[in-house]
Amino acid sequence: MASAPSLAASISPSTPPNTVARAELSEIDASTKVPAIFFLGSSLLWLLAGTLFALISSFKLHNPAFLGDAEWLTFGRVRTAHLNAVVYGWSVNASFAVALWLMARLARSIVRHSNMLMLAGVLWNVGVTIGITGILAGDSTSIEWLEMPTYATPILFVAYALVGGWAVITFRFGRSQHIYVSQWYIFAALFWFPWLYSIAQIMIIFAPARGTVQALVNWWFAHNVLGLWFTPIGLAAVYYFLPKVLGKPIHSYYLSVLGFWSLAIFYNWAGVHHLVGGPVPAWVITAGIAASFMMVIPVVVTAINHHLTLVGSFSALKYSPTLRFIVFGAVNYTLASLLGSLMADRNISEVVHFTHAIVGHSHHGLYAFFTMVMFGSIYYIMPRILHREWPSATLISVHFWTTAVGAVIMVVVLSVVGTKQGLAMNNAAIPFLSMEESDVVRATLDGLRVRSYSGILITIGHLAFAINFVWMLLRPRADHNTAPTLFRNPEPDLEVSSR
Amino acid sequence: MNRAPLIFLGVFFALAFSWTGIVLTNQIAYGSLEPVFDESEGKAFPESIPGVAAQGKLVYQDLGCMYCHTQQVRRPGFGGDIDRNWGERQSVARDYIRERRVLLGTMRTGPDLRNVGARFAGEGGREWHIRHLYDPEITSPGSIMPKYKFLFETRKIVGEPSPRAVQRLLPADAQPPEGYEIVLTDRGHALIEYLLSLKDVYTYPEEASRVYVEPQPEAKNGDNAANTNSEAQQ
Repeated sequence: MASAPSLAASISPSTPPNTVARAELSEIDASTKVPAIFFLGSSLLWLLAGTLFALISSFKLHNPAFLGDAEWLTFGRVRTAHLNAVVYGWSVNASFAVALWLMARLARSIVRHSNMLMLAGVLWNVGVTIGITGILAGDSTSIEWLEMPTYATPILFVAYALVGGWAVITFRFGRSQHIYVSQWYIFAALFWFPWLYSIAQIMIIFAPARGTVQALVNWWFAHNVLGLWFTPIGLAAVYYFLPKVLGKPIHSYYLSVLGFWSLAIFYNWAGVHHLVGGPVPAWVITAGIAASFMMVIPVVVTAINHHLTLVGSFSALKYSPTLRFIVFGAVNYTLASLLGSLMADRNISEVVHFTHAIVGHSHHGLYAFFTMVMFGSIYYIMPRILHREWPSATLISVHFWTTAVGAVIMVVVLSVVGTKQGLAMNNAAIPFLSMEESDVVRATLDGLRVRSYSGILITIGHLAFAINFVWMLLRPRADHNTAPTLFRNPEPDLEVSSR
Repeated sequence: MNRAPLIFLGVFFALAFSWTGIVLTNQIAYGSLEPVFDESEGKAFPESIPGVAAQGKLVYQDLGCMYCHTQQVRRPGFGGDIDRNWGERQSVARDYIRERRVLLGTMRTGPDLRNVGARFAGEGGREWHIRHLYDPEITSPGSIMPKYKFLFETRKIVGEPSPRAVQRLLPADAQPPEGYEIVLTDRGHALIEYLLSLKDVYTYPEEASRVYVEPQPEAKNGDNAANTNSEAQQ
């Protein structure tokens, strides 16, 4: 595989050609090809399906007659199908692909037992398909983030166990002595998720705990899927790609360790802030709020580490698609997390709890941070495993600007509208619904329309991404060295590493 | 140096910490709450709901009602729940112990439903729900709730008209053609029975002194004395 296209040499003549190391990396990349493409292809399909469900449910909120006669498309089901498609379909598949590629590279180990991964991938996607079909058909459990019916979840669990087992093997046979911080995050995420998932399934569905203990388990699980699965995977990608693309080391090793352990300790207590004011013991809520505030530590530490790595290299944002998505994601990780800590406060929660502001916040975290980081990672990984370049820089640009602008509009609008809704709802003098005077429902309608338009923008971006992705897969491999697809040609002295 | 075992231990104990604290401790602390038997009423609270209402709860779940309607009332002074008449009192943990699935909810696109059975009760309540489910704008103009017409069936009258026919409750433009009637399906019937069953009316003795009282506004000593006096005069 020594014939790998020398991307670095073509854009940065000063990069010393370290042929051996590059050949090794190329071999590792090649070994990830089949499973990575499978997971990425599936994630893309789920992204499109999830986006469609999202648009339908968003329009239904301000125009309930839209597709109003079909039972399987009623709001409660489509909205749920949207969440499950983007969480378990898009996000988890993309996480698997990015995590396995990063693990193989960082452990300097070619992917062994890729059959195991492929089986896991097939099972996972079969499970998600059955689960979402079940939700649309009326078998939803109505437990947030765990809606998939009981005939789908065991399949998911088996698929997950296979991925976990594969990860342990890869970790075990790795040749790298050093464990980079990205590996810590991936390793921890892979371990935490099955624990969360199995406990939640057992204590809520298979052998339900009594009363509102279920609600505690539910939010311990649901928030930790974000905090202990998507966040670590997203951060692992940022920690890898940011220094990689910039060609310089991460700002501080010490800070990355501090960030990891403070996240591990504080995040997993934070989820119960979703039950502020609810019928559960007050001390648990207080502990959850305290943990939410303590999350400021890992967030600020990680932010300093990421943003100080970038300082001095802002010009690279003009060229690198990967960097642009990753930096957008990293900035929004900081913002979403700090706002999240704030929203856990009892007085603020009193207003924003039960409103669209929370919906806005979850899109801030899962879309503006995690999904954008995944997009950036995919832009980096695909050319390396396919030995082809992205066909169109214009489509990447369209993808970036529509999704970035769409996400910002959505988050801002939902936060504002949710706050209005909450303030109106807490004032009993304002009727909930009234044709004569201003009411709680009408306080939200204009904002919900704007949210739908931002959704259309995001959909355009996803279509541009899908076209580029499929075009790239179908495109023949070039028989000569190619240059990476960048937004514009960099100045010759710019360091952009390709390894 | 191989630090993998150390990292593993740290990762393990991090989650074990919250699992113990949030899940296990509370399961032990109140995971075996029992109903309270009231001598004067001669029955135990919370009451179990009738079988058809339990079926209705499954309909409530499969349609995803809980994504727009919560089932929890926050304490007086925290949010507008009590002021909006969503309940006479705050919801407490014991209210939920008979529920196999607890549907607290996290979103109020529509109002809280924990006590909707108290707001719309009896035959009037049943008729209100029929109209509201068929088309929410009949009872609540401007509502953004979806129509649930698929919980109704338009069918030919064979022999006697069905006692379950509901078109008399619907507006003129929804009337079926001559010789047809609109009936509520079994699922629709069950869902309405469930909604009618939703109410927490009983005040548990051990909670009475703790949670149902309006919080006293923080007052200076002088005001306090004045309050006491005025109460005494009443």
